[in-house]
Amino acid sequence: MNDKAAAPSLQAQLNILAQRTWMTVIAFAKFVATIAVTFLGLAALTFFIGRVVPIDPVLAMVGDRASNEVYEAARVQMGLDRPIFVQFANYIWDVLNGNFGMSISTRQPVLNDLIRVFPATLEMATLGIIIGVVIGVPMGVTAAAHRGTWLDQIIRTVGLLGYSIPAFWLGLVGLAIFYARLRWTGGPGRIDIFFDGLIPPVTGMMLIDTLLAGDIDVFWNAVSHLVLPATILGFFSLAYIARMTRSFMLDQLSQEYVTTARVKGVPEFLVIWRHAFKPIRIPLITVISLSYAGLLEGSVMIETIFSWPGIGNYLTTALLNADMNAVLGSTLVIGAVFIFINKFSDVMYRVLDPRARS
Amino acid sequence: MRNLLNIDNLTVTFPTNNGPVDVVKGISLSLGRERLGIVGESGSGKSMTGRAILKLIRSPGKVKADRLEFDGIDILSQSERQMRSIRGARISMVMQDPKFSLNPVMTVGTQIAEAIKTHQKLSAQEINDKTLAMLKSVRIENPERVLGLYPHEVSGGMGQRIMIAMMLVPEPDLLIADEPTSALDVSVQAQVLDIIDNLVTSKGMGLILISHDLNLVSSYCDRILVMRAGEIVEECVASELHAAKHPYTQGLLAAMPKIDEDREWLPVFEDMSGSQT
Amino acid sequence: MIISKQWLLDDAPKSRMQAQMGRIYVVGLQLTRNPLAMIGAIIIGALIITAIFAPWIATHSPIAQNLGDRLLPPSGEHWMGTDELGRDIWSRVVFGSQITLTIVLLVAVIAAPLGLIVGAIAGYFGGWADRVLMGITDIFLSMPKLILALAFVAALGPGIENAIIAIAITSWPAYARIARAETLTFRNSEFVHAIKLQGASSTRIIAHHILPLCTSSMIVRVTLDMAGIILTAAGLGFIGLGAQPPLPEWGAMISRGRVFILDQWWVATMPGFAIILVSLGFCFLGDGLRDVLDPKHGSE
Repeated sequence: MNDKAAAPSLQAQLNILAQRTWMTVIAFAKFVATIAVTFLGLAALTFFIGRVVPIDPVLAMVGDRASNEVYEAARVQMGLDRPIFVQFANYIWDVLNGNFGMSISTRQPVLNDLIRVFPATLEMATLGIIIGVVIGVPMGVTAAAHRGTWLDQIIRTVGLLGYSIPAFWLGLVGLAIFYARLRWTGGPGRIDIFFDGLIPPVTGMMLIDTLLAGDIDVFWNAVSHLVLPATILGFFSLAYIARMTRSFMLDQLSQEYVTTARVKGVPEFLVIWRHAFKPIRIPLITVISLSYAGLLEGSVMIETIFSWPGIGNYLTTALLNADMNAVLGSTLVIGAVFIFINKFSDVMYRVLDPRARS
Repeated sequence: MRNLLNIDNLTVTFPTNNGPVDVVKGISLSLGRERLGIVGESGSGKSMTGRAILKLIRSPGKVKADRLEFDGIDILSQSERQMRSIRGARISMVMQDPKFSLNPVMTVGTQIAEAIKTHQKLSAQEINDKTLAMLKSVRIENPERVLGLYPHEVSGGMGQRIMIAMMLVPEPDLLIADEPTSALDVSVQAQVLDIIDNLVTSKGMGLILISHDLNLVSSYCDRILVMRAGEIVEECVASELHAAKHPYTQGLLAAMPKIDEDREWLPVFEDMSGSQT
Repeated sequence: MIISKQWLLDDAPKSRMQAQMGRIYVVGLQLTRNPLAMIGAIIIGALIITAIFAPWIATHSPIAQNLGDRLLPPSGEHWMGTDELGRDIWSRVVFGSQITLTIVLLVAVIAAPLGLIVGAIAGYFGGWADRVLMGITDIFLSMPKLILALAFVAALGPGIENAIIAIAITSWPAYARIARAETLTFRNSEFVHAIKLQGASSTRIIAHHILPLCTSSMIVRVTLDMAGIILTAAGLGFIGLGAQPPLPEWGAMISRGRVFILDQWWVATMPGFAIILVSLGFCFLGDGLRDVLDPKHGSE
């Protein structure tokens, strides 16, 4: 009887190792290339949008009472007389160097603004995704394990509600109920005005900075302000994650190997968590990454309600002020993070799946 | 000597768009420590019978019987918890395709060890020894290496042998083999069946071999049941299969090509009775 | 030709139309067995009826101001209360359904066919056409839809038409991807080879044969996406970039009601309930359609 598994020689093993390393290098190169191309596309889009804007950027600079010479000089100085390709190349160069132009409203380089506001959004989204995973995954598994029961229906409805409720509306209602009426949470803003400016911003994330400064009172205050927006983001996250987890689990539970586990006499709890759940961990990572990216996007809506000084608020303010540099810069940054997370989870999927390894 | 299995009037029903359908219609059988073959085409209800014995049929399917008894235990009245101590430890099942019936993200060793651990408390060393011994008994050379492999890294034949090892390692009294060789190459089929046959006879187990292959069943079984559309149409001793009385069985036998075949056309069964329900 | 149940369920339809109508009938029948899908259908039906018969269903004018009746709570006179300019909120919500329906329909009508054609071409021709088209699609798909829509509207200027265009631009890539996947499964099937042998041009093959086969998954996808489109449009309206005042767009209404949320909660919450209801309706219907038309995905 010819067993397939004969131990390979040392030479063969080295060959396999070399092959695997080379494939990893190629995969990494492909990863970088895809991100680069996609980002280029994004930059092209923002460049295009910037040109489509009916506002004349030269006029915005010199004002409409300037003479023709001043207008022309400014135009040349801004590089707007060069051919489009050159302008685009300059634009890409600028972007890669972090030069997004100046913001009309803050009169600061957009880059500085973005560095300032990004951590606030990051903190909120990170807490949101933790809530989403910790609650959403067990919810989805439970729904799949009890398919067809009222428990399943409730969880599915929660999943659908996460698709159907406008984030800004939920934020508004949440704030009205939990802050204004019940006084259970802190109000808008990251911290009470009372404490504003007390903590030196090290990372930009309140929870970390307050702990670093050792000020527990302010820490709890920050928590009370963070809890509501993070929970709302968490709700949308858990709805999506639960929905996807349920779908994945249903797929697995209908497979033969689950029957095998039951035939062996394995307790149902282990059948679900040790057998059926294991293969979906990897697709779940993709789902969670996508949800995280989605939360960064969703923060745009929430931050206005909570007066949260994050990138979303920055973007919406810039939109209303027609501050195109700020708008496009924010779009680029959020877009870049989004692209990175998407492609990264793509790659992670292929790397981690044992079935893909051989 | 008490029979291993006593079934009277077993019915399995599933709801469909056109009303409830009985996929198994009131069959009865008994089994001692012998090898019983159940033959039939797809949809005859043979697999469902096997699953009903293990109480694996979940809602919306419904199982009814006057008697469904294993070694004196009334299966129908057992709770899930009680069934769990029966499954694996007393009744086991080998399924068709190891590509699908083995967990793709757990190593072979872990899966077999689980079969042991679920029913016995042994030390890690004892579990390891037992696993290796079992793998050797299904004629796997190099069992130490196989322990660390994933199911997709072994061939079909070896996968099925691993499945057999996993299902027999807790030493059950009854093995149900549901189309154990249908997914394998013809050259490997006989080997796998030999292994099942040897292990079952040496341990004095009962065997229910479910298949669509009449030849196979007649070679490896003592008695044969022929099922059609949920009912048992023939019951005979394997050696007397050629003397079968029911026209369906005779039709099946006639439809098998012989090595010295001289007929132009193989007979085809005309479906006189119409479709189910 | 009598349209009877027997004719519709005939196993051997004698014309294309009979086959199509029969299929619609069967799908419809299966849909009715799903209670949630039926609820969704009723909600959407109600939306359409409300939009068409708005002038009769509304109790007051949606734009008539009555400063003496500002911020009244829900009552028999004003079912959803009044806003800060004394306008009846129920009537504004009712007329807002017209806006919602318009946006959703126009986006679907623009984005879905566009994505369908792009995807079918990419899938059918393969090669560099596929790579280029899918490259563009992937670039769009990797980017945050809402942010892109915001950026587009910022450039084009606020207004409902621009909002529709912006949302459509960000939506078509998803449909292209689906159409391409479906086309790929059919491209090498035997009936396509047969038609090619008969001398059919690529255009004819794509238009007459492949596109119709993609329709069922498109319908499912479009219906499911409607909730997202409604929410995006509402979001744009909330920020102030969508439909402009005095149009009673639901998102914009929530934005107006924001300052009064504490004491006159109805101004902001009522339009929100409308959004939730309509989105849920589309979700239920879409889920039901998916279970019927695409059993591979059957999650129930």
